[in-house]
Amino acid sequence: MGKTIAEKILGSHSGKEAQAGEIVVAQVDFAFAQDGTAPLAIESFRKMGGKEVFHRDKVAFVIDHNSPSSKPGVSSLHRLMREFSREKGFPLYDITEGICHQVMVERLPVSAGGLLVGADSHTSTYGALNCLSIGVGSTDLAASLISGRLWFKVPETLKVILNGKLSPGVYSKDVILYLIGQLGAEGANYKSIEFEGSIVDNLSMEARFTICNMVAEMGAESGIMNVDEKTLEWMRKYNPSASHPQPVRADDDANYENILEYDLSSLEPQVAKPHRVDNVVPVSEVAGLRIDQAFLGTCTNGRLEDLRIAARLLEGREVHPEVRFIVVPASRQVSLEAMKEGVIGLLIRAGAAVLNPGCGPCVGTHAGVPADGEVVLSTANRNFKGRMGNPNASIYLASPTTVAASAVKGEITDGRELQ
Amino acid sequence: MNKLRGRAYKFGDDINTDLIISGKYKFSTLDMKELAKHLLEDIDPAFSQKIKPGKSFIVAGRNFGCGSSREQAPLAIKESEICAVVAKSFARIFYRNCINVGLPVIECDTDGIEEGDCLEVSLEKGTLRNETKEVEEKISSLPQVMIDIISEGGLVEYFRKRGGFKLEP
Ligand code: SF4
Repeated sequence: MGKTIAEKILGSHSGKEAQAGEIVVAQVDFAFAQDGTAPLAIESFRKMGGKEVFHRDKVAFVIDHNSPSSKPGVSSLHRLMREFSREKGFPLYDITEGICHQVMVERLPVSAGGLLVGADSHTSTYGALNCLSIGVGSTDLAASLISGRLWFKVPETLKVILNGKLSPGVYSKDVILYLIGQLGAEGANYKSIEFEGSIVDNLSMEARFTICNMVAEMGAESGIMNVDEKTLEWMRKYNPSASHPQPVRADDDANYENILEYDLSSLEPQVAKPHRVDNVVPVSEVAGLRIDQAFLGTCTNGRLEDLRIAARLLEGREVHPEVRFIVVPASRQVSLEAMKEGVIGLLIRAGAAVLNPGCGPCVGTHAGVPADGEVVLSTANRNFKGRMGNPNASIYLASPTTVAASAVKGEITDGRELQ
Repeated sequence: MNKLRGRAYKFGDDINTDLIISGKYKFSTLDMKELAKHLLEDIDPAFSQKIKPGKSFIVAGRNFGCGSSREQAPLAIKESEICAVVAKSFARIFYRNCINVGLPVIECDTDGIEEGDCLEVSLEKGTLRNETKEVEEKISSLPQVMIDIISEGGLVEYFRKRGGFKLEP
């Protein structure tokens, strides 16, 4: 019987013939946590009797969720993380560096075919680099920090083939929102999703990260893509020190739980309405709705390509006077490159508030909390009630183009009208 | 593990971790007692005062615990001394986290359970008895590694005692 990518990677890392449904204990190539999950992981690590981390180069902490700290309680948890990483001798990416998932795709010491765990639900992002990357909780992470190993239930795999060619002004964010709308918030629960097809082939690496990032919104354990020249180029640029890529492909006769095929040539830009990510409609259905705040950023859409798209659209235009447009580059690297290209200048000139790299307003811990009754249009991956810190606000999700265009018009707008 | 017995508090589908414990609390403290005061407050502000410690179940629909990986969600539930969470299905990371903190999670059809029903669960026998409605249901059984972790009281205890993961005894 042939194997899926997830079965192969869990097999090679556990030394067992891994088949969907089985439980294996696998060696992980990398483990990390962020400031929402690391403090509890440290506590569990100590209670478990942990002394050292399993490998200093295979572990990292990132301070990104509440960065810089908004209050004393947060500050002391940040200090706890700093002290722990110093004591154990592994890297901590502090408030200057950006969102864990972007920091990691820029520096990941793991290559194609690798297995990694992160104490964050959007750890699925690295699937675009052909890694099996799985989000876990703090205690799971503590166990991996100590032993370098963790138990996994080998997931069933869903194959999603995306055919056709996206029309201009339609992006990978629209693709993944559409899929989530089709499959539902639980549509891929516990599963791994393999993405293929001409649409995936034509996407940049940054756009592929957006898709793998959001598989979590269908409950998936991971989303994973094949290696091509673009993947190899990304690895050469960002992690030349990583061991030689050993791309993993599924066998032709692999056993899939289901194979779904879509032709997305006529896809329109998509919007997820409050308070569910799977509440997805074409932008035309919500166009004209007045917004109070627009947010461009997060591990889904805060990359250079996203900022460029917004800057291009805002060139020679102004942010609507009744809209607050918040832009948060996903990492220091993204910030620097966007500055070099003049992208940041364009955004600020047009009236955007540009914050330091990090999660920014995404999770409602500090900056950019909306008022009661306000409407936010965001490039993030979640629009849950209360997500941005106020349960009485409404959050809509869309692509960077839709968000930038709407920031200009003051209402939800199809970005293609302004291009 | 003894029998679990108590009243049902009923919730709907897709109760996410932001609703279970809001991000604004979890980043500032490791004090689970403090977090427990805010359990599910965006749905029912009085919930934490209503429940009887050791004598309450959270009963929900599909996909309970979807969203973030915050372990504070199951920990706040455990700290509130909820006996178990019973739902039609659970989100993946939340499910793992519950096992890891030693909070029993029970997958079964919850349509027949109403708010206030008195439930009795036996994990050993794999049964859930609704005493109010006088019906008994089978609940799906767990893989051995999960039973081992729950019966040690969570992954911390499991790890401390066994020094690592052991699939075979
Ligand atoms: S940007 Fe948002 S979704 Fe991404 S890691 Fe940060 S809080 Fe989570």
